[in-house]
Amino acid sequence: MKIKTFLGGIHPPGHKDLSAAKKIQDVPPPQRVYIPVVQHIGAPGEPQVKMGQKVKKGEMIVDSQSFVFAPIHATISGTVVDIRKFPHPGGREVTTIVIESDGKDEWFEEPHECKDALKLPPEKIKKIIRDAGIVGLGGAAFPTHVKLSPPKDKPIDAIILNGAECEPYLTSDYRLMLEKTEGIVKGLQILMHTLGVKRGYIGIEANKPDAIEAMRRAVEKNAPHPALSPQGRGEGVMGYEKVPQIEMVSLKVRYPQGAEKQLIKTILNREVPPPPGLPLDVGVVVQNAGTAYAIYEAVSLEKPLIERVVTVSGRGIKEPKNLRLRLGTLFSEAIRHCGGFQGKPGKILMGGPMMGLAQYTTQVPVIKGTSGILVLSAEESVQGEPSHCINCGMCVRACPMRLVPSLLGTYCERGILDEAERAHVQDCIECGSCVYVCPAKRQLVHLIKHGKGVILAKKRREQSKLN
Amino acid sequence: MLSQQGIATEENMQGTVDVLLTVSASPHIRSEVTVPKIMYSVLLALLPATLAGIYLFGLGALQVILVGVFGAVAAEALVQPLLGKKISVLDGSAAVTGLLLALTLPPALPWWMVLTGSVVAIVLGKAIYGGLGNNPFNPALIARVVLLVSWPAYLTRWQNPTSLFSKSAASAAASSADAISAATPLGILKTGGGVAAIGHIRLLDLFFGYRAGCIGEVSILALLLGVSFLIWKGYVTWHIPASCIAVAFAVSGAFWLINPGQYANPVFHILSGGLMLGACFMATDMVTSPITGTGMLIFGAGVGFFTIIIRIFGGYPEGTSFAILIMNAICPLIDKYTLPKGFGRRTA
Repeated sequence: MKIKTFLGGIHPPGHKDLSAAKKIQDVPPPQRVYIPVVQHIGAPGEPQVKMGQKVKKGEMIVDSQSFVFAPIHATISGTVVDIRKFPHPGGREVTTIVIESDGKDEWFEEPHECKDALKLPPEKIKKIIRDAGIVGLGGAAFPTHVKLSPPKDKPIDAIILNGAECEPYLTSDYRLMLEKTEGIVKGLQILMHTLGVKRGYIGIEANKPDAIEAMRRAVEKNAPHPALSPQGRGEGVMGYEKVPQIEMVSLKVRYPQGAEKQLIKTILNREVPPPPGLPLDVGVVVQNAGTAYAIYEAVSLEKPLIERVVTVSGRGIKEPKNLRLRLGTLFSEAIRHCGGFQGKPGKILMGGPMMGLAQYTTQVPVIKGTSGILVLSAEESVQGEPSHCINCGMCVRACPMRLVPSLLGTYCERGILDEAERAHVQDCIECGSCVYVCPAKRQLVHLIKHGKGVILAKKRREQSKLN
Repeated sequence: MLSQQGIATEENMQGTVDVLLTVSASPHIRSEVTVPKIMYSVLLALLPATLAGIYLFGLGALQVILVGVFGAVAAEALVQPLLGKKISVLDGSAAVTGLLLALTLPPALPWWMVLTGSVVAIVLGKAIYGGLGNNPFNPALIARVVLLVSWPAYLTRWQNPTSLFSKSAASAAASSADAISAATPLGILKTGGGVAAIGHIRLLDLFFGYRAGCIGEVSILALLLGVSFLIWKGYVTWHIPASCIAVAFAVSGAFWLINPGQYANPVFHILSGGLMLGACFMATDMVTSPITGTGMLIFGAGVGFFTIIIRIFGGYPEGTSFAILIMNAICPLIDKYTLPKGFGRRTA
């Protein structure tokens, strides 16, 4: 198999060995869960429960009329004891539903196998996926049913399953690919069926040969599935393109290989147009491996999203692990399941060290987008004082979006935002590669994020003036 | 400070913290490459050329180098507090500037001229623009040109290699008068008889450095060793040296093909003068060269082109310093027109 890659990117130390060999571990459900009504971009949801109300796990407790929204479910059975503002891993305080366990851990509706998931009509599957509260589990947490509803004039011909997991430390997708291989492949088949796509790709970084091998075997066993819908768009000779196929792609170990645009470029050599361009503009939908598994559980087992695999790792953790945690479990509890801190913690992150969000407290809940909880030691948290740019060009060579980060950083720092826009600051995917390599330790992403925010706010103001 | 600290004391048990957590924007890890690391690597990369210069030209060269380096470091340490800047003299950039200046000077230059050069490089070449990263021109070359126009006679008094170790001090002294009156190969080409007079110069001697010239420019072998190290480390890319040498070769080769009786052959041009030192260590100065690969190729090509044009048509036998300063001046323009086409924007 040829190993594929993209231009730009970096090679940060992986540190995956800390938790790669640890099997996904189930922990007892927590005594209390804290479920914020905001779990992804888009409108916040409306609580559907009242104080004192009894709920069971899997019961929908937050919903919204907005299309770009995935419902949120109770993750334990018990009583709603509080609905109040509570710290959210995103940084702000958010309306949060607090449920006190009754110790019974009862299902609202017991999951049960649905044998012919691949015979369900696509619209029905999309509804199931929405109602199960499925979002992208790679971190961005974008509602999956929205991704599966492309406009009519944008035909989709390929689905890519993202198993790159290029962030250092994180191993939750890797473990899932090893332990729930078949479910992931079935999830991909459901996705292909829903979109009527004949081409499925599974991209995994080459440093996970066992996951590649396991997935390959599962693909050979399961694909092609005869029940897949016949409305394929391929115009191949002799109907070759009509047979649904899943291809394994080995990816070079390089960050940010798992970024959507870079993954599509690597596997299909298509470039997603700049914002507001989306993968569906080049006929592709990308889903994370963990999301595919959640889709399988939602559609084939009728189980809503109430838990996820979280890598708890870092040098500041006594015993790094991959835990299956109920959504709403506090970080502090997850850390306790891993033996607590080792030494003095310096920084606590939700997600990986490249794009993760720094936390100011461990009293924040696990949400749908929590792929990892990382504890960096105090020494690792020192970032060095930024100094003046020396124009070395390392950021230019590292940028996977072919931007000039040093220039964008300077423009944003000095508030020259029209120039920043002209230099396509909005194209930045905030992967952090430039900051990682910068010898002057400049906080380029911080500056660019800020600049983007100001530009966006200005645009919104202009828009509202017009209306 | 861009990072802030938060506190969490709600529970004080395992899994909760009662220490200050650092909160900052992503990413949360950094590579180990720092500005000082790059600067000290450049010093290391210049070591072969430095040692070759001392070996070939003796204690005079050593004196120029020491005064150049320590003069620049001292100048930076003094001027930074005067301008109200933080003292960053340990980052190694002043030492690099001082060493680069020394390597472009003749070995017999009086110490006070070298010191003047160091102060000019740091103060007029760098500090007045706001320090490292802000200077439009290569500081060492600014100083070299100031010295050249101030004391032209001293800056063109050359010395043939008189190895430290092969001759006794007495005989070195006896031959010093002789040595001082030497001429560089490019000097011979310009004013000492033209192409006919350089016929006896062996190219291999030029490659190893057995000729009169500036301290650090003579040994092509040492320079190539040094720049290979920087390219291997990823601190310098191949673009500028390659395009500079290739274009210099092409331009001088074209003249040679037109009239070999009047113009020197391109290999002679590549191996003589300061072209190699300039291409590998001066034109590649990060601060004053373009930031993109395409820009670097254009920049290097310009340096190669102007160097040969000045050598052939100019009043000076050598033109590398001027060529680089010219290209430094148009570097912002190159940067402006070579911005990469962003991802997904090639067809747009």
